[in-house]
Amino acid sequence: MTTDADRSLIAHLLRRTGFGASGPEIDAALAAGFNATVDSLFTASPSADPGVAATPAPKLPSAIDTGADADLVAWWIARMTAARDPWPEKRTYFWHGHFATSLQKVRYASLMLRQNQTLRTLGGGDFHTLFRTILTDPAMMVWLDAEGSTAEAPNENLARESMELFGLGVGHYTETDVRQAALALTGWRLDRISGVATFAARNHAAGPETILGRTASFDADSFADLILAQPASAEFVVARHWFRLGSPATIPAATRGSLLAAYGSTGDLSALARALFTDPAFTGSTARYGLVKQPVEYVVGALRALKITPTPKDTPALRAVLDGLGQLPFYPPNVGGWPSGQLWLTTAALQARIDFARWAAAAGDLSTVSDSATGSRIDAVAYLLGVDSFSARTVTALSDVAADPPSLVELALLSPEYQVN
Amino acid sequence: MDTVTRRKFLIASGVVGAGALAAGAGTLTWDALHRAARSAPLEAGQGILVLLTLYGGNDGLNTVIPAADPVYQSSRPGLSYSESEVLDLGEGLGLNPSMTGMHQLWQDKKLAIVRGVGYPSPSHSHFVSMDIWQTASPTDPQTSGWLGRWLDAQPDDEMRALRAVSLGGTLPPLLAGTETAGSSLPLGQFKLPKGATGTGLRALAESSSQDCANAAYAARDTGDLFTVAGAFQSVLPARKGSRKTGELAAQLDIVASCIESAVPTQVYAVSLGGFDTHSAEKGTQSALLGEVSAAVAAFQQRISAGNRAKDVVLVAYTEFGRRVAANANEGTDHGTAGPVFVVGDSVAGGFLGEQPSLTDLDQGDLKFGTDFRSVYATVLADVLRADPERALGASFPVLPLR
Repeated sequence: MTTDADRSLIAHLLRRTGFGASGPEIDAALAAGFNATVDSLFTASPSADPGVAATPAPKLPSAIDTGADADLVAWWIARMTAARDPWPEKRTYFWHGHFATSLQKVRYASLMLRQNQTLRTLGGGDFHTLFRTILTDPAMMVWLDAEGSTAEAPNENLARESMELFGLGVGHYTETDVRQAALALTGWRLDRISGVATFAARNHAAGPETILGRTASFDADSFADLILAQPASAEFVVARHWFRLGSPATIPAATRGSLLAAYGSTGDLSALARALFTDPAFTGSTARYGLVKQPVEYVVGALRALKITPTPKDTPALRAVLDGLGQLPFYPPNVGGWPSGQLWLTTAALQARIDFARWAAAAGDLSTVSDSATGSRIDAVAYLLGVDSFSARTVTALSDVAADPPSLVELALLSPEYQVN
Repeated sequence: MDTVTRRKFLIASGVVGAGALAAGAGTLTWDALHRAARSAPLEAGQGILVLLTLYGGNDGLNTVIPAADPVYQSSRPGLSYSESEVLDLGEGLGLNPSMTGMHQLWQDKKLAIVRGVGYPSPSHSHFVSMDIWQTASPTDPQTSGWLGRWLDAQPDDEMRALRAVSLGGTLPPLLAGTETAGSSLPLGQFKLPKGATGTGLRALAESSSQDCANAAYAARDTGDLFTVAGAFQSVLPARKGSRKTGELAAQLDIVASCIESAVPTQVYAVSLGGFDTHSAEKGTQSALLGEVSAAVAAFQQRISAGNRAKDVVLVAYTEFGRRVAANANEGTDHGTAGPVFVVGDSVAGGFLGEQPSLTDLDQGDLKFGTDFRSVYATVLADVLRADPERALGASFPVLPLR
C-alpha cells in the first residue's frame, strides 16, 4: 500500500535524478520501491538502454562547421529525451555546468562532443580521474587558453578556474597560488583539427613552483593531485552536488559528514550521489520543491511526458526556446556555468515558456488527458506531467479549459506548480 | 568565508524575500495595470539610468589607452596600440581605434570617462568581483543588488514591476532587491495566449496559500508578465527570426523606444559579454568595443533628438580591468581598476579621476583611484534623485558629473 507521501518522494527523486517524470514512470518506480529505484540509478547500463542506442552521437566534421553546432545541440536534447534511464544524462548535464565550456569560443563542435563524451564516461567514476582528464581536455584547453601557454608568459585562465570553480572553491588559494599554478600548466599544445594535445617540455616552466604551501616542479598531473589532496576540495565537490541536486539551503552538518564519507579519499562520485539521494535531508521536506526547474529540465521533461521525439525541423524552434529561457546546452554564459533558482523565473523567460507550451501541447501525445472524462481531466494532466497536486488557484484556472485538452496541457505546463523542482 | 557566502548568494538565489510575494500578485486586474502604465507615464525631468554591464573583465588599458607611456608599450609587445593609432583624448590618452562613435561623443562633450575605478583588496575572480560591483559591497556579502535596494525604496504600487527593467534572459543580481526585483523584457514582442487560455494564464498569477516559495514566485512573475507586456508591447519590435539576445544594439534600440514612449521605467539594465580576453585579445576586444561604441553612439543620437535628452544617462562598467603585462597568448590575465564611461547630453564631458600609474603597481596590477561606489552615489543622487546612502549603506563622495 503506497501513500501520497510515498508518491511525492519518488517523484522528487525522479525529478532530481532525471528530467522530471510522468505518471507511468512514477507508478513503475513506486512499485519497485524507493531503495530499488536508487539502486537502479547506479546499476543501469547505458549500453543496454534502447533510448541511448536510438540516439547515437552525430558524426561531426573535425573542422569548424556552423551546421555542426546545431547537430550537437539537437542530438543532446534528443538523447536526454530518449534515454530510458536519464541519470547518466542528468549527471553529464551537471558536469557540463561544473566544467562549463562554451562552443561560442571553442568553435570546434567535434572537440565539444569529445568533452561531452568524457563527462559522460567519467562522470560517475572518481573525481580524480575526471579532474585530471579535464585539465588537458582539448575543448577546455581552447576555452581557457591553456594551449600555447609558455614558461616565459604563462596564461592564468585555466590555473585560476581549476582552483576557483573546478576543484577547490574561492577563498582557498591566493593570487600567488594562481600565478604559480599557471606555470605548472605551461607547455601544452593542441592540434585543433585532430584534437590531439601534446606536451612540449621545452615550453614548460622548469620550476620549482610553490603552490598552496608545497614546493616542487609541478606539471598538470601533480598539480591536479595537489588540488585534490586539499581537504577543501572534497568539501567543495560535495557542496556543489548538494547545491545543484539537493537544496540551495546550507548543507546540514550530518549530511555533509555522510557525503564526505561516501566521496572518500578516492573521490567516488557514484557513492557521493547515492549518499545524497538517500540522505534524510534530501528525502525530507526541506529539499522538496526547493529548486526551480532549469530550462533544459523543463523542456526535456515536457518532451518526455508528452512523448515528443523532436525531428530536425523542430531544431530551430527548440533552440530559440532554450535561448529565450537562457540555457542553451553547449553555450553556458561563462565558465561559472548557469544560474539557478528564481533567477530562471523572469518575465522574458515566461514568454519563451508560453511559446514552448503552445508548441508542445500541439505536438504531444495528450491521450491520457483527452481519454479522460472532462470532470477528471485536471487530475489526468497532473498525472501526465508528474505534478504532486495543483493548488485550488490552479484548479480554478484550468477548469475553464478542461474541455479542450491542448489548452489544458498548455496551461498546465505554465502553472506555478510545474516550474518547481 | 565571506567569499563563499557571497558566491552562494550570487549564483544561488539572488532574488526576493517572502514579504514581497505576499504583497504583490493578484491584487490588481490586468486592465487596471494596463491603464495605470498608460495613464502614469514618466514625468518630464525624471531621470533615467541605463546601466551597461560588460561581462568578462574588459581590458581598460586597451580601451582608454596610455599610448604615449613607454611603460605601456614595453609591457605589451604585440598587444599595444601606437600613439598614431588611438583616437586622441588628450593627456597622453586615446580611445581604442574601433571606438569612433564614442570618440565623437567625447568631442561633443557628452562623454565623461572616470579613470582608475575600483575598490580596495580587489578580487581577481570574475564572479566575486562582478558580485561586488552588482551588490556594491566589497567586504560584506549582500543578498541584494544596489539598484534592487533603490527599487525597494520606491512605493510598492502598481508600477512596481515597471520601474527597473533588464533586457533579455535572466535577471542580473543588481536588480534584485530584498523585497522586490526588476522585470525583464524579451527582444521581440510579447505574444500572450488569447481567449480562454489567456484568461486561464491570468488566473494562474493569483497568489495561493498552498504555494511553496518557488511556486509563489512563479505566480508573481506570471502577473508581472501581463503588467510588463501591457506597458511595453507597443514599443517592442516585431519578432524577427533569430535576433540574438547578446546584441547590444538590439537591446539599446528597445530601451530608446521605451524612453520615447514615456513608459514609467527609470532604470534599464543592458549587457554585453565576451571580454575575458586571455588570448588573441586585440581582434576580439576591438570587435567588442566597436560594437559597444556603435551601439552607444546610435542610442545617444536617438536620445539627443528626443524630448528626454537631458534626463537620460548611460553608464558602462566591467568587473575588473586586466594585468598590465601581456601573457604568452597575446592576451591579458585578470587585473584590477579600469575606466567607467558616463554618457549623456547633460553630462559634462571630460576626464574624472586620475589615470593609474603603470609603474606604481600592486603585484603587476593597477591601483585604483576612485571607488566605484562614488560613481553609483553620483548617479543615484544626480540621475535618480535618490538618497545614495540608502542604497549603498554608506556615504561616498559625489563626482562633478554635470
